Amino acid sequence: MATTSSKSTETTESIDLMAHLMRRAGFGADRDDLERRAAKGYEATVEELLNPEGARADRELFLRYHPGFRRPVTSPGMGGSAWLYDMMHTELPLEEKMVLFWHQIFATGQSKVDHWHELIAQVDMFREMGMGNYRDMLVALAQNPAMIYWLDNCDNHETGVNENWGRELLELFSMGVGNYSEEDVYECSRAFTGWTIATVPPRNYYSRFDWSFEYQDEDHDYGEKTFLGETGDFNGEDIIDIICRQPATAEFIARHLYNFFVADEPQVPAWSVTPPRDPEAIDLLAKTFTESNYDIRSVLRVLFLSDFFKNARYTKIKSPAEVVVGTLRLVGQDKLPPPGIGDMSKQAGYMGQELLNPPSVEGWHTGVEWINSGSLMKRINFVADMLGDTSKPGVKRIVDRLQAQGNLGPEEMVDRCLELVGPVKAGAATLQQLVEHATQSGELTWDTEKDTAESTAKVGELLQLIASVKEFQYC
Amino acid sequence: MATNKKDPVLVVLQLSGGNDYMNTVVPYTDGIYHDNRKAVAFKENQVLPIDGGVGLNPAMGLLKDMYDQGNMAIIHGIGYPDSPRSHFRSMDIWHTCEPETLGTEGWLGLATRDIDPNKENIVTTVSFGPSLFRALVLPGVPVACVDNLESYGLLTGITGQQQREQILDRFSRMYAPEMGNDVVTEYLGQTGLEAMKGADILKVAPESYSSSIEYADTTIAKKLRGISQIHQAGLGTRIFYCDHGSFDSHAKQPDMHATLWTDVSQALDDFYADLREHDAADNVIVLMFSEFGRRVRDNGSGTDHGAAGAAFVIGDAVKGGQYGEFPSMKPEDLQQGDLVPNMDFRGLYTTVLEDWLGLEAKPIVKGNFEAPRFL
Repeated sequence: MATTSSKSTETTESIDLMAHLMRRAGFGADRDDLERRAAKGYEATVEELLNPEGARADRELFLRYHPGFRRPVTSPGMGGSAWLYDMMHTELPLEEKMVLFWHQIFATGQSKVDHWHELIAQVDMFREMGMGNYRDMLVALAQNPAMIYWLDNCDNHETGVNENWGRELLELFSMGVGNYSEEDVYECSRAFTGWTIATVPPRNYYSRFDWSFEYQDEDHDYGEKTFLGETGDFNGEDIIDIICRQPATAEFIARHLYNFFVADEPQVPAWSVTPPRDPEAIDLLAKTFTESNYDIRSVLRVLFLSDFFKNARYTKIKSPAEVVVGTLRLVGQDKLPPPGIGDMSKQAGYMGQELLNPPSVEGWHTGVEWINSGSLMKRINFVADMLGDTSKPGVKRIVDRLQAQGNLGPEEMVDRCLELVGPVKAGAATLQQLVEHATQSGELTWDTEKDTAESTAKVGELLQLIASVKEFQYC
Repeated sequence: MATNKKDPVLVVLQLSGGNDYMNTVVPYTDGIYHDNRKAVAFKENQVLPIDGGVGLNPAMGLLKDMYDQGNMAIIHGIGYPDSPRSHFRSMDIWHTCEPETLGTEGWLGLATRDIDPNKENIVTTVSFGPSLFRALVLPGVPVACVDNLESYGLLTGITGQQQREQILDRFSRMYAPEMGNDVVTEYLGQTGLEAMKGADILKVAPESYSSSIEYADTTIAKKLRGISQIHQAGLGTRIFYCDHGSFDSHAKQPDMHATLWTDVSQALDDFYADLREHDAADNVIVLMFSEFGRRVRDNGSGTDHGAAGAAFVIGDAVKGGQYGEFPSMKPEDLQQGDLVPNMDFRGLYTTVLEDWLGLEAKPIVKGNFEAPRFL
């Protein structure tokens, strides 16, 4: 008996840890997936997430059902849907989570770019390069048409230096405020003169033209520049090389990864005046970043295998994207892109994170700042509507699992449901209310069709209540 | 719960992104302005001249009317020492009055606490927009965050009235304060209860509202309309906060800046017309600020981040006119190519806090600052 009990504790722990990994390194996983992964082992799962072999979401299938998204026309409201579909259906959760990570840092928005396809192209670039070499990605970012337009590098000329890109590259994309001078901003900007975009007319040239990167030699300032103490005839790539060598850059990326995957840090503009909450963890990640020659995959491996990661369970507030995608994956959408996906893609925006349209290049304020009375209301309403719908395939699977366990009393019913939607770790007050609710609604029984229908409705109602608990907001 | 309808009310309209001071209150009589701004300068015959050798941006006609009627104060050269020229750091400083460290207490969060120390009215302060502005944040102090008044409500997807009430009852018990909660859980609990109660209070605002004024179809006009609805419902709201932008005009500034000021001016004109129609204008002032101004010399298409800016205060109670001085544009007086602020924003806040909201300013702005007395 003792062995069985310790073995079952062990299983619970390995499922809990796996659920933690999948919430952070992905968008959560249902019970079947967690059991499969736990059986495979933690380290093996980390390795699989880092070097995935499954399939991405089928973009062609999406286009077949939503031709309104096809180039060059995009019907309004469909813009973010393609990416939402990717997040809902990818078999490579970490790859897609890294797309979100980079989008939150290299925040680029439709409000100014006004060109959905170029934004999606940027997101596609994050998917291709997001776990690879950071230096290469900065070069690709500097040459990304949506970014060039977003930060006005197309207006950065030898004869008139525009500092927008140069400043944000240093402030928000690499080193952080306080690690460079105003002269460095100017010299950095000079080095990127001539990095601009050209338009490529589509065959049927209505709506938006595609953009492509163009280097205009005659517009580039070939004069000598002094940047972060080094002097030379620097071009953009030289500047990026110098940036990557700075300890501030390693620390900045390490802190971003920590903030995104491990525990909430203060907002980025405060980093110059507030030390990290776990300096040793930041040092380890920064050291790995530098020693691996800026290889993001290597840093992620160290992060996910560390104790500071494994011990950080339920310490982060879910981002709106995590709430929406996690819920949609849990309730199990049909593979076919649903008709309402345009509306679904707006949900995270109602909660304060309008994907592909951040409030500014700073991105969003994360952590506890996701929560205010309005956004919390939107979160609860959305999740309750989804989990309470027992016709959804994922909710049906939850009901089936409960049914397979036979008749369930109130406490068991609450415990099982909390497990199956997370696990969600409920505090005493929450648990008491859930159990009282379940007691009031009565035991789950499955003997007749009528019993089954009633029990299914009870589960739906309990899941709605679970969707509204405080603890559901933790990642 | 509702307090006197005529209690003073503050509306803050944040101009996010760094509004170009020099092309808003234009020093068009000074040659240095024209020399430095080949791409974006206004000609003398374009600006809307006011006194003091400056003119307003051509898109600000409706605001000039308010100025001419003596209802708008312009505060020159506003900012703080050693501007970091970062939007985000600068906005944090404006929000918290903490230029050196990371501030976690917003100046209007503190004001809300002082207005309603016993937290009797959870809609004392209302924020419009999907996120909560840091200016309003103070642990334990409630702020209602509204995106769309019409769809504001908790668990509205539960259709059965009785069933919904039962669930909401459970909800309020689950979110009740509990011993031993960590800070974040405590905050979640408090926010959940505020969301539930706030929705009940605010839902009357659109129901009881009617107006002959048709607001412009812009995002800022929609926000101001929502503010007007809540104000007119007499719910005791004393502070409203919203923003508009982005004013970050690095490129193609003339068109972009004109659109922004057209929309802001029109929306404010609609807002005041609406309030006047309902005898609800005289106890409202609107404060507009931006996190910084922009560089003196343009970049051939727009302007890069600068330092000193302008703030505006509008309302019947305002002593209209210009306060402070336009900072010198002479090259030897600039810092890194920027106008040097000669009016501390904490002085502006001091006037609003003391002369309008009737609060002690010093603990909120953390010091004594020269205050332009426009009220």
